[in-house]
Amino acid sequence: MVDGKEQRLMLAPNSILCPPSSIHAVNMSPLHQYLILSALLFCIGLAGALTRRNAIIVLIGVELMLNAANLNFIAFWRYGPNPEAQTGLLFAMFSIAVAAAEAAVGLALIIAIYRHYKTTNLDKVDGLKG
Amino acid sequence: MADAVDQIFVTLKHWLVGFFPEALQPVVSALLSIIPILSVFPFLFGIATVLERKGLGRIQNRYGPNRVGIPLTNIRLCGFGQFVADGLKILTKEDVVPRSADKLVHFLAPVMLVVPILLAYAVLPVGRNMVPVDLDAGILFFFAVGSATELAVFMAGWSSHNKYSLLGAMRAIAQMISYELPLVVSSVTVVMMAGTLSLPQIVAAQSGWLWGWLPAWNVFTPWGCTGFILFVIAAIAESNRTPFDLPEAESEIIAGYFTEYSGFKFALFFLGEYLGMFAVSGLAITLFLGGWQAPLPWLTFIPSWAWFFLKLFGFIAFYIWLRGTLPRLRTDQLMNFAWKFLLPMTLINIVAAAVWFYSRHWAVPGGLAGRWILCAALVAVPYLLFGRAFERTVPKRVYRYAT
Amino acid sequence: MSLVFFILAAVTLAGAAGAMSLRRPVHCALSLVLSLVGLAGLFLRLGAQFVGFAQVLVYVGAVAILVVFAILLTNNAEIIGRSSTVSSGWLAGLGIAVAVFVSLAAAMARSSALNRPASPPPTASVRDLGTRLMGEYILPLEVLGLLLTATMIGAVVIALHERRAK
Repeated sequence: MVDGKEQRLMLAPNSILCPPSSIHAVNMSPLHQYLILSALLFCIGLAGALTRRNAIIVLIGVELMLNAANLNFIAFWRYGPNPEAQTGLLFAMFSIAVAAAEAAVGLALIIAIYRHYKTTNLDKVDGLKG
Repeated sequence: MADAVDQIFVTLKHWLVGFFPEALQPVVSALLSIIPILSVFPFLFGIATVLERKGLGRIQNRYGPNRVGIPLTNIRLCGFGQFVADGLKILTKEDVVPRSADKLVHFLAPVMLVVPILLAYAVLPVGRNMVPVDLDAGILFFFAVGSATELAVFMAGWSSHNKYSLLGAMRAIAQMISYELPLVVSSVTVVMMAGTLSLPQIVAAQSGWLWGWLPAWNVFTPWGCTGFILFVIAAIAESNRTPFDLPEAESEIIAGYFTEYSGFKFALFFLGEYLGMFAVSGLAITLFLGGWQAPLPWLTFIPSWAWFFLKLFGFIAFYIWLRGTLPRLRTDQLMNFAWKFLLPMTLINIVAAAVWFYSRHWAVPGGLAGRWILCAALVAVPYLLFGRAFERTVPKRVYRYAT
Repeated sequence: MSLVFFILAAVTLAGAAGAMSLRRPVHCALSLVLSLVGLAGLFLRLGAQFVGFAQVLVYVGAVAILVVFAILLTNNAEIIGRSSTVSSGWLAGLGIAVAVFVSLAAAMARSSALNRPASPPPTASVRDLGTRLMGEYILPLEVLGLLLTATMIGAVVIALHERRAK
C-alpha cells in the first residue's frame, strides 16, 4: 500500500534526510504539521495518478493533488506573515472553481473516449503511440 | 411578561448550563442546543405524517386515520397516535438486504441522508436569540450540507444492485441538481439586499413595520415576492414532493431509489425527506417571511418561536394541499421547467432587485407604487413571454365527450 | 498537537489512500468524498469558513457527483474481474511518489521559516472577502466566469452523442 511505504520512510532515523528535532511530532509547529499532511496527500494522489489504469481514478488522483495544494495555501494564509490580505483564501477559492471546471471537461473527455474505444483502460488508449 | 415567555428557552438553557463546571460548559451548551432539535423536529415529522394522511383523505372525500389515539385506552385523539403506531411497526419489521447488494454502502446511505439534513438545522434562527450557532456564512453552510444529500441518494440507488433503483437514483439526482440552482440564485437576491450571509442578521434586516401595519418582510417587495415563489417551487422539487415526485412515485418506478430498503432504513429515508422539507421551509421563512417576527405590531405578545412554528405549519399545510391537488410532472417537463423557466426567472429577479435598490433615490413617478410597478413589470413581462414560448410547444388539447 | 487535527488528518489520509487503492471505481469515488469532507474540516479548523463550506458545496456536491455519473456512464461499475487495476509501470510510479514526498519533507525540515510561533487567528469575515473579490480581484472573477461558461458549453459539446451522418 502506498501509505505504508511513506510512513516507514518518514520515521527512519536518517540524519541526512531529517534533523532529529522533527522526528518527534510534538516539536513541529502547526504550520509544519499541515504542510507534512498536504505533502502526504499530494504524494498519495500522485502515486494513484501514476499507477492506476482507469482514467477516472487518475482524475480522482489529480483532484487530490489540487486539494493538497489548497490545504497548503490555507495553512500559509493562517500561519503566514500577512493574513489580512486574504490572498491564500482567494487563491484557494479560485483553485476550487477552476478544479471543478477541469473535472467537468476531463470527465466529458473520458466519456467521449469511452464511446470511441469502448474502454477506459489507459493502457489500451495508445493510438498515438509512435 | 411576553418577553419572558419569548426568551424562556434561552433562560432555561443558561440556567441548566450554570450547573456545570467551567470546562464542561461549551460541551453542555452545545448538547442543550442539539437535544431540542433532535426531539422537536422528528416529533414534528410524526405529526406531519398524520396531518398529511388526514389532509389528503379529506381532499379525496374520505376520512384519514382516525382510530389510533393513546394506546391501551379508548381515547381516540382523532387519530394522532398513528405516527407512534407506524414508528413501532417499522422498527419491528425485518431488514431485508439483497444478496448481491453492496453491504457497507447500502447501510451508510440512509445515515448519509439524515445526518447532513440535521446539520442544516444548526443555522436556522427558530426564535429571538435562538439560533444554535451563528455562522458568518450561514446560508452557504445550509446549501453545502444540503448538497451532500444527493450523494446519499446515489449510494442508495447504486448499492441496491437493482436497475430500477439506479434509474430512480439518477433521475432523482438530476432533478435535485437542476433545482438546486434556482434555489440558490433566488436566495442570492436576499443576500444581496441584506448584505450578509448570516441568517440572524437577515431576519434582523426584515424588522419593523411600514406605516404601522405592513411588515418589512422580503415577501412584500416585488423581488421578494418573485423570489419567494421561485424559492418555494425549487424547494418542493428539492425535497421530491408532488408535483415533482417522479423519482419516488409508486406507479412509475416502484419507489425508485429506496425500493430495496425495508424496516428502519426506509423509515430513515422517509424521515430524511420530511426533515429536508422542514429545513428548507425554515430557510424560506427566514429569508422571505421575516423569520420569527410577528406580522402585526399588536401580535408581538405571541412568542417568537411560536411564530416560527406557526409559519412552518402553514408551509406544511401548503405542501399537503399541493400534493392532493396537482398531478405529477414528467422528467423532461421537470427538467425543462428548471432550466428554461426557473433559472432565467431567478436571474431576472436579481436584476429587478438591483433596480429596486437603486431606484430608492430616483424620482420615479408615483413614488413607492411607481417603483413597485416598475420592478414587478421587470419580472412579469419575461414571465408572460416565457409562458407564451412554452405554450407553443404543447399542442392544443382536444376534448372528446361521449354523447 | 491537537486531537481534532489528528482525527481530521487520519480521516483525510484514509480517504485518500482508499481512493487510490480500492478496486471498484464507485468505492474510490466515495472514498474521495470522505477525504474531501476531512479536508473541509481542516479548512474550518484553520478558520477559513467560507472556503470550507465552498469546498463541501463545490467538491462534494458537484465534482463528486460528476465523477460518479462518469463512472456509471462508462459502465465500469460491474467490471471487477481478474484484470489488474494497476498499469505495468506501477513500481516506477510509486517510486516517483515516494521520492517527491521525501524531497518535500526534507525541504520542509531544513527550512527555518516554518518555526515561527503560532499567531492569533485572523478574522476573515465574508464581507471582507466579498469586497476584495469585487474590488481588487474583479478581473480574475470575470475571467473565471468566462472560463466556467466555456467549460460548461465545452463539456456538453464533447459528451454529446454524435449525430449519425445520413
